[in-house]
Amino acid sequence: MTLHLKMDDRDDRYRLDDMVQGLVGTPTDRPEGKLKVSGKASYAMDVLPDDVCHGVLVRATITHGKLRDLDTEAVRALPGIRTVITGKRMLRNPAQGMAGKAPVQGSDDIAYFGQPVALVVADTLEQARHGALALRLTLEAKGDAVVNPHDPDASVEMPKKEQVLIGDLDEAMKKAAFSVDQHYTTPGHSSAAMEPHASVAHWHGDSVTLRGSYQMLAYNKAELADALGISEKNVRILAPYVGGGFGAKLGISPEAVAAALASKELGVPVAVSMTRQQVFETTMRRSETNQRIRLAADENGLLTGIGHEALVSNLPGEDFSEPVTQATPFLYRGENREIVHKIARIHRTCAGSVRAPGEAVGLTVLEIAMDELAEKAGIDPVELRKKNIPDQDPTDQIPFSSHALAEALDEGARRFGWDKRNPKPRSTRDGEWFVGMGMASAVRVNMLIESKARVTLSADGRAMIETDMTDIGTGTYAILGQIAGEMLGLPMEDVETRLGDTEFPPASGSGGSFGAASNGTAVLLGCEEIRRQLCKKLNCEDADMTLKGGYAIVGNKRIALRDVLDGDTLVGEGHVQPGKAEKKVRQATYGSYFAEVGVNSVTGETRLRRMLGVFAAGRILNAKTARSQCLGGMTFGIGMALTEELIHDRRDGHMVNHDFAEYHLPVNADVPQIEVVLLEERDEWANPLQAKGIGELGICGAAGSIVNAIYNACGVRVRQLPATLDKVIDGLDEAT
Amino acid sequence: MKTTLTVNGQLRHLDADPRTTLLDALRNHLNLTGSKKGCDHGQCGACTVIVNGRRINSCLSLACMHDSDEVVTIEGIGTPEHLSALQQAFVSHDGFQCGFCTPGQICSATAMLDEVEAGWPSHVSADVTAKQDLTVEEISERMSGNLCRCSAYPNIVDAIMDVAGSAKR
Ligand code: FES
Ligand code: FES
Repeated sequence: MTLHLKMDDRDDRYRLDDMVQGLVGTPTDRPEGKLKVSGKASYAMDVLPDDVCHGVLVRATITHGKLRDLDTEAVRALPGIRTVITGKRMLRNPAQGMAGKAPVQGSDDIAYFGQPVALVVADTLEQARHGALALRLTLEAKGDAVVNPHDPDASVEMPKKEQVLIGDLDEAMKKAAFSVDQHYTTPGHSSAAMEPHASVAHWHGDSVTLRGSYQMLAYNKAELADALGISEKNVRILAPYVGGGFGAKLGISPEAVAAALASKELGVPVAVSMTRQQVFETTMRRSETNQRIRLAADENGLLTGIGHEALVSNLPGEDFSEPVTQATPFLYRGENREIVHKIARIHRTCAGSVRAPGEAVGLTVLEIAMDELAEKAGIDPVELRKKNIPDQDPTDQIPFSSHALAEALDEGARRFGWDKRNPKPRSTRDGEWFVGMGMASAVRVNMLIESKARVTLSADGRAMIETDMTDIGTGTYAILGQIAGEMLGLPMEDVETRLGDTEFPPASGSGGSFGAASNGTAVLLGCEEIRRQLCKKLNCEDADMTLKGGYAIVGNKRIALRDVLDGDTLVGEGHVQPGKAEKKVRQATYGSYFAEVGVNSVTGETRLRRMLGVFAAGRILNAKTARSQCLGGMTFGIGMALTEELIHDRRDGHMVNHDFAEYHLPVNADVPQIEVVLLEERDEWANPLQAKGIGELGICGAAGSIVNAIYNACGVRVRQLPATLDKVIDGLDEAT
Repeated sequence: MKTTLTVNGQLRHLDADPRTTLLDALRNHLNLTGSKKGCDHGQCGACTVIVNGRRINSCLSLACMHDSDEVVTIEGIGTPEHLSALQQAFVSHDGFQCGFCTPGQICSATAMLDEVEAGWPSHVSADVTAKQDLTVEEISERMSGNLCRCSAYPNIVDAIMDVAGSAKR
């Protein structure tokens, strides 16, 4: 039986609080942890069939044009080569998140430098790699490819629904007692998950099974079927473990389709893993952004106007554009608003989702501008933000579902020792280091996505959860087990969670921070359905039944679940859909960041010394994994502030730094022992768990706190991220 | 090319293409898929294994160069039923998220603790001749060859701190 819920209104039943198992919220270890630390968790390339062939992708080395010919004969003559795949079904780039259909296909038309155009398949990886290197392509370049968003020849779109104009911002700027009008840039970023995109395809008759590294299997199944021109019924995708995604694995990617085509032709399983360089070049990048922020404030520091303009880029024909201004309409007060969103069509690697598309870069820049305003107005940066928290969503004029920004700001300031900060830049020195503190607000929109899960309570009193949900490091295995254990009164060891198989009920998938809340709700509903069936057996009302430690307690009777079940197996499916609730209220998560940096007075190098994040995301389902998510997000912020930057050749747009030697992720020594505080909160508008997403909140604005700390330390305001030492040292003299 | 190695205490015979890296030999020929490939270029540390007592990036060396060498992989450090103290500490401290970099982190940390014991200094050691205290700063520095995009770094440091100094790891 299925229990269905459409989230049209608040859910104030607080079902989890009626339960007594005591699992939800606790810092429970990940149930799959032992497998991960012993090398037994099986990622995409870890269970290769004996007769597997290996494929290596070949990329185009022109920016825009045609693939005229490939010298497959010469390659086929090499030892071990089995086939060369190319043609109209090859993917140009991965599908965008939740597309549910194939992206642009065909290897004849080249749209960016690095586009995969062929797959060389051989008996061994070594032979395939050699074949891929040896494959000669005849490419015909069109000379006019636009590769820079600022190129006057770039076609620029301004989608109507993305532009907002309320009041008169120009007038507000004129009248303002204090104002900021500045331009900022953020470079492209790569998700750079540690597991490269990889797929192993295997056909049985007309059906293909793909073991891959993907985040949203229900959508990926539809995308793969569409790309191959077969029915969804004939596609199964397996992804029990995923070595990180961060948005890059939302949509089906070129290696999956190529592997499936090769396997079909050869009649054997084919494994294709992208090289690290291919991951950079042919999977999603976060668009670079050019932003202009205008802030107008009265003499008390109250905002009267906010302007946020953004220019981003993508390939021609792609739907996605980095939603830079997503949180600007509702974060701070101000009657006059102008939001401008422009998309330049250029020939660079496809742009798509990278952890927290929108706020990650948009809020970061807004928070740097707020720091500039605080200084101009002579108001403490924490105070300035608190003053400007609106009573309701100022753009849509709807109430907030819950709002803990003020609390996060106060709590953070208190814990970090913000009162010790000298607002005057360059006032603290430690040897050759300038030391300073900075802060920023955090905000991320909250979403609910349709999701299903099946819960089975078997006759032996153990429960099993089945859903095609993924755990990309987010803690899905832990939190789903905790929710089911809580609802059914079972210890963690008596709940088995099976994920990552499209034979199971389709879930939301992992993306947009909505996985835990959406799929967790489906599990909760499935458990409610099982409770209903248990009540029937016990002839009681749910309110009179307590489940704990494998027992049902009704009145003064305590009966083992096994005896209640008496040989029966109970199945409950949960199905949740978003509804009107998301239109009635503004749902978001909030937080604050505090950072302390040292800036070297000789080299301009910045070292992060301390960092604190305080977050409110509704009910925290697992204090341990939630904290880890925040650590991860904040570390992405450290990279964004200090080192991460995709560099494209100005002539042909090719990605110059397509590996870890040149694209600098934060390493262990770049990350101090970050402190994370999770605030107690419930959001009954979000879902019946009262939980909100937390996977992305930690990156939204984080880099702003570090850049603001650099200013406080040494007086250099960096507006072109990342704040590498060349930019800081340039300003050091002027700031003296 | 014929190569004989001792892997996790067992003699293993290999007859592989001379271009086969130690990492691919372990994964594709010896069915030890615990070691991961994150970059294949010596830039991430996911493939870290211990060869003759020292941690190396197994993607950066050819299997045939390791004839008669002694290799320890994550599978030789502990099993889900019998975790090493360090593996258990990674679980308790949540020293991973996706888990992909984790076998490399644990092999690396296991060998790193031996390096400290043997008195090797690091870039952040104030006195290169003194015995090093295992501070947060020392651990972070010495573990910086192992990238973790999920960024479990603070938890990895805590996990290592937990077992450092104790006889069992
Ligand atoms: S796979 Fe060997 S260092 Fe990255
Ligand atoms: S745990 Fe995911 S990369 Fe380290």
